[in-house]
Amino acid sequence: MEPIRTIRSKTVVLPFDDIDTDQIIPARFLTTTTKDGLGQHLFSNWRYADDGTPRPDFALNRPEAKGATILVAGRNFGCGSSREHAPWALVDYGFRAVISSEFADIFRNNALKNGLVPVTVDDETHRWLLEHEGAEVTVDLESTTVELPTGRRVQFPIERFSRYCLMNGLDQLGFLLEQEDAIAEYERRHVA
Amino acid sequence: MPLERDMQPRSLFEKVWDAHVVRPETDDTPAVLYIDLHLVHEVTSPQAFDMLRARGLRVRRPDLTLATMDHSTPTVPIKSLKDIEVVSEPAAAKQIRQLEANCKEFGIELRGFFSGQRGVVHVIGPELGATQPGKTIVCGDSHTSTHGAFGALAFGIGTTEVGHVLATQCLLQRKPKTLAIELAGRPGPGVTAKDLILRIIGTIGVAGGTGHVIEYRGEAISALSMEQRMTVCNMSIEAGARAGMIAPDDVTYEYMAGRPLAPKGKDWDAALERWRKLPSDPGARFDREVRIDVSRLAPMVTFGTNPGMVVEIDQPVPESGDIAFKKALDYMRVEAGKPLLGTPVDVVFIGSCTNGRLGDIRDAARILKGRKVADNVRLLVVPGSDQTKREAEAEGLDEIIRAAGGEWREPGCSMCIGMNGDIVPPGKLAVSTSNRNFEGRQGPGARTILASPITAAAAAVKGVVADPRELLG
Ligand code: SF4
Repeated sequence: MEPIRTIRSKTVVLPFDDIDTDQIIPARFLTTTTKDGLGQHLFSNWRYADDGTPRPDFALNRPEAKGATILVAGRNFGCGSSREHAPWALVDYGFRAVISSEFADIFRNNALKNGLVPVTVDDETHRWLLEHEGAEVTVDLESTTVELPTGRRVQFPIERFSRYCLMNGLDQLGFLLEQEDAIAEYERRHVA
Repeated sequence: MPLERDMQPRSLFEKVWDAHVVRPETDDTPAVLYIDLHLVHEVTSPQAFDMLRARGLRVRRPDLTLATMDHSTPTVPIKSLKDIEVVSEPAAAKQIRQLEANCKEFGIELRGFFSGQRGVVHVIGPELGATQPGKTIVCGDSHTSTHGAFGALAFGIGTTEVGHVLATQCLLQRKPKTLAIELAGRPGPGVTAKDLILRIIGTIGVAGGTGHVIEYRGEAISALSMEQRMTVCNMSIEAGARAGMIAPDDVTYEYMAGRPLAPKGKDWDAALERWRKLPSDPGARFDREVRIDVSRLAPMVTFGTNPGMVVEIDQPVPESGDIAFKKALDYMRVEAGKPLLGTPVDVVFIGSCTNGRLGDIRDAARILKGRKVADNVRLLVVPGSDQTKREAEAEGLDEIIRAAGGEWREPGCSMCIGMNGDIVPPGKLAVSTSNRNFEGRQGPGARTILASPITAAAAAVKGVVADPRELLG
């Protein structure tokens, strides 16, 4: 995985609360056995008309959205299923961070393992971002801050180990594999 | 000398958590948590097995891994595995074949076709006796919370974590917070476990449990059967919770005794002794507590596009100026200020890991017996597992369903997720016993009302959303 330190981009905004994983990547695309190519199906039901043509009014299809790597979404983003296909699709499409006022637990976990930074901000910052689509925003992992073009800088919480892995491009399995002795010892004394 | 920690009253969750910490969490690193049972299915595992292959790793504990196929499997009968290629989409068939190959390569026993033990992963775990109090249980599936009904700590994980558990039998976890939900009072006839959990989600909201493990308690919970407790815990994730748990008691032990993978003889006695220590100590602290009186609860139905948008069946759909709320009502073609009663229904689905167990099918059959499914309705009843199917057939429930004009299908997730070809057509309205009414969940453009099996069966008979209490004899 590529190490991530700073993400600087204009934003795309999906202003709805409770965007669930079935909207991010509908179940019919889950029959895949790889991680690749899911970006084309991201938000499929909202993004394409029944005949498969892009809906011009959907945020991702507007010309201004091109090249944006930061998504701003309503509260409780990623609720629903545990499908890691959701962050895979977001990353494959090109997103590097999602900003919201709250994330569903499993989505947040999955995002952190795939180089997608879930950025939780306070309600006021969130409202500003929802109202200013296209704003140039900087997400910085070193200082764990988001900076708005107004100069406002706010901290965001991120689990320390996940942050360390993201900044160093490490996956978390390596750490677990190093615990072999402790795991074996646990297995000796544990009755299920 | 007992440690000081042991003197503090602890909750059920804390006891199970503490017993599985291989390495405690620090500021810099999460806890290493040991997993007792890993459930695997075809949709969220292929990329995890690929990762093992890429790094030359084995499955550490195939004996603690239980695999089945359920999401993309057909619900029409097949005679041999070759038929899957005919009845399924190529991608779905490939996924099924791939799980078989992966299980073979990594030495995992697969409860596959013709094993007699296949089914929705959260139905077969308890049926086989693999789900036990005090265990940590994970699966690449958010409804793993179901198994918490036994006093297990059970939660859904992503595919990367599936790989972590396959390789190390452990997960990296930060300790979640706890939320006690007490249900006071006993609801009247026609009000089921599904109605209780829909009420809970409506009360605390779809993000109300985020970051928390819920313990359900109180009179209305203790009175439930194991199957009904599973229905409640199943939908913990719909309230955003990490997991849902219910303290084990005699109802739990009675359900488990004699199941193929449950402990036997002396081991059973020893296990019982351990399990009886699991319930939360008096005075155990929770980060939050919520109390809901359910004594006057009516059957519940959802009216919107998330499971928190619920209303008592005879009450009007609420009004709100919120844009997401309006968008949901537009999608559902539902009017605020009017009850859903009398709304014409196109499809009724009875099944899923929420309500696809024997008791659910019995409930539906009670309503369907001697009646006919309305002409405008397609009724699909899908048992949760091979075993559920056999047991239902032994009681003649399949006959009742067929005689009413319903379809009796092979086990699987089916129309809960619409990955196997069983879908609700665009624009059509379904009353479903599953757990998610998200836009397009049951097929592109499909509209879903979540309800209990008796409410769903009543809709099938009446052809419209109907109060099941009027049909209970
Ligand atoms: S029945 Fe539905 S919710 Fe349950 S595991 Fe299958 S797809 Fe998921």
